[in-house]
Amino acid sequence: MFDTDRESVQLVENRSVGLTTVGGDAPVASPPTGRRARKGIGWPARLEIALMTGPTLIVFLSFVIFPVAMAAYYGFFSWQGYGPPTEFVGLRNYVLIFQDGTFVDALQHNAVIVVLSLVIQGPAAVLLALLLNRKMRGQTLIRVLVFIPYVISEVVVGTGWSLMLQGSGAVNSFLQSVGLGWLQNEWLSDPETAIWTLMGILTWKYIGFAVILFLAGLQGIPDELMEAAAIDGASYWQIQRRITLPLLGPTIRIWAFLSMIGALQLFDLVYIIWGQYVASTAGTSTMATYMVANGRIAGEYGYGNAVAVVLFFISLVAALLYQRFVLRRDTEGAITGGRI
Amino acid sequence: MAATAVAARRATRASRKAAWGSPGVYFVALLLIGAMLAPIVYIVIGGFRTNAQITTDPAGWPSPWQFGNYLDVLTGDVFWRQVVNSSIVAGCTTAGVVTLGLMTSYILARYRFRGRGAMYSLFAAGLMFPLTVAITPLYILVRTLGLMNTLPGVILPQIGFAIPMTIIILVPFVRAIPNEIQEAASMDGCSRLGFFWRMVLPLSRPGVITVAILTFITSWNSYLLPLFILNREDTFTLPLGVQAFASQYSVDTAKVLAFTSLSMLPALLFFSLFQRRIVGGLTGAVKG
Repeated sequence: MFDTDRESVQLVENRSVGLTTVGGDAPVASPPTGRRARKGIGWPARLEIALMTGPTLIVFLSFVIFPVAMAAYYGFFSWQGYGPPTEFVGLRNYVLIFQDGTFVDALQHNAVIVVLSLVIQGPAAVLLALLLNRKMRGQTLIRVLVFIPYVISEVVVGTGWSLMLQGSGAVNSFLQSVGLGWLQNEWLSDPETAIWTLMGILTWKYIGFAVILFLAGLQGIPDELMEAAAIDGASYWQIQRRITLPLLGPTIRIWAFLSMIGALQLFDLVYIIWGQYVASTAGTSTMATYMVANGRIAGEYGYGNAVAVVLFFISLVAALLYQRFVLRRDTEGAITGGRI
Repeated sequence: MAATAVAARRATRASRKAAWGSPGVYFVALLLIGAMLAPIVYIVIGGFRTNAQITTDPAGWPSPWQFGNYLDVLTGDVFWRQVVNSSIVAGCTTAGVVTLGLMTSYILARYRFRGRGAMYSLFAAGLMFPLTVAITPLYILVRTLGLMNTLPGVILPQIGFAIPMTIIILVPFVRAIPNEIQEAASMDGCSRLGFFWRMVLPLSRPGVITVAILTFITSWNSYLLPLFILNREDTFTLPLGVQAFASQYSVDTAKVLAFTSLSMLPALLFFSLFQRRIVGGLTGAVKG
């Protein structure tokens, strides 16, 4: 009796922490429940807490929270990065940002990339995961190979692709040699094409991640459900449509969240392939490349930080809206994913 | 191409051996793998060609095979210095994150004290702050600390930004250790810290390995932070090195391809050693 009682208390406590969401309601230190509650804690325990969380807090506060706070502060100044910022300009940087057509373009590119990533990668990855989830030889090997582009660094991917996609590069030459010469294009510099080139590279690089996630989600679905449906006469596609997809929902929604945030903050690939100036003329610039080009490279640190703040708030609003309206359905504790 | 020939051979072998599975599934799977690997194969093969070969036929096969590009890169000290720098950065970041993250997760998971929930929320909220947003103030902070062009200037911020994910993955692991074990240990005279060393450390190893691998690969590939902090060539990590090499030798495509393929080799080796952990860990971490 004693044991089960205590276990259930423990379980309740765990769940209250497991369900908390980022930026959402803070888990209140659970009130003393029953026998397990330790009221006051002794000095040795306090010392242990201080010693074992202190260094982490210091590193975290000084290298994450402090810089983020400083970005908000610097954003109100016109400042070239030397000495303390003195020229307070209020919200002028923010006004300038939204008056700058280049930034608005970059924002639009980000929006296009978010939408296209979801629309292209999502369905493709679900189909591939369904396919690779069927009984077949070499499944493990295929999973690993599909995942390889995700592991390789953005710089390698960017350098390799930009060499291949040059006007006189391998892609055009390959198209010529297989008789598809009419498909040849200025893949990187033509503003009509460049954003699609970027989407192609992004899909190539990141779809493996989605496939692996979905495969894991699929394997968490009990076979009995599908067998039962099959006995009831459901076709393969009916089973996928009515059983698999709904049960895969939470995984898909979390992937979509990660993909969205990643797309809003896209920097590396664009910067490596298109460089700081070409990106805006080729129509692939993003808020992050705009921030680096107009902040640090232009020497306008105050302005760059204001762009960072805008980028942060856009991501934050997107994340909160998504959590509020989409992830709420999942009881799985959203992105904190405290699996207990 | 050759990739498809190999693929086709593998397909027939697979379908002969396997009693189940339709050929269509294998066909699509092979197309997929071909698409995923072709660019990588191109980079590796391109390193074995000369610039003249690449100019006349960009998508061709090496004839004859040239080993000079790879040898040049491997015998120069630039590549090796960057491998060492990258290893130091990724290694120290991983060690730091695991040490700090596990200690803090232990406290958060096993101690009841005022402010525990707030602390957990603070770390969890860190997930919302991407490095991109903080990059300029970080650069100024690192400069003020006098850590410009030093590896710690990259390592410390990377540890900070990896802490939230680490804690979120590790707290459930530590909490899942049954209370009975702790009680038994304390009856045997084991202190709370002793319990940490003797029980928590070994029992949360799967979580620790997952976190370590994720951190290592992220750090190994990271670009934005080193781009801001490391300006002197002798401090470059591999990603910066690849980019510098590509712009420095922009006319020597073959050599750039050789350098690029050598630079992805360590990550690929690391991945193939730990692929089961990585694939499993990522899905576990994100799926919740």
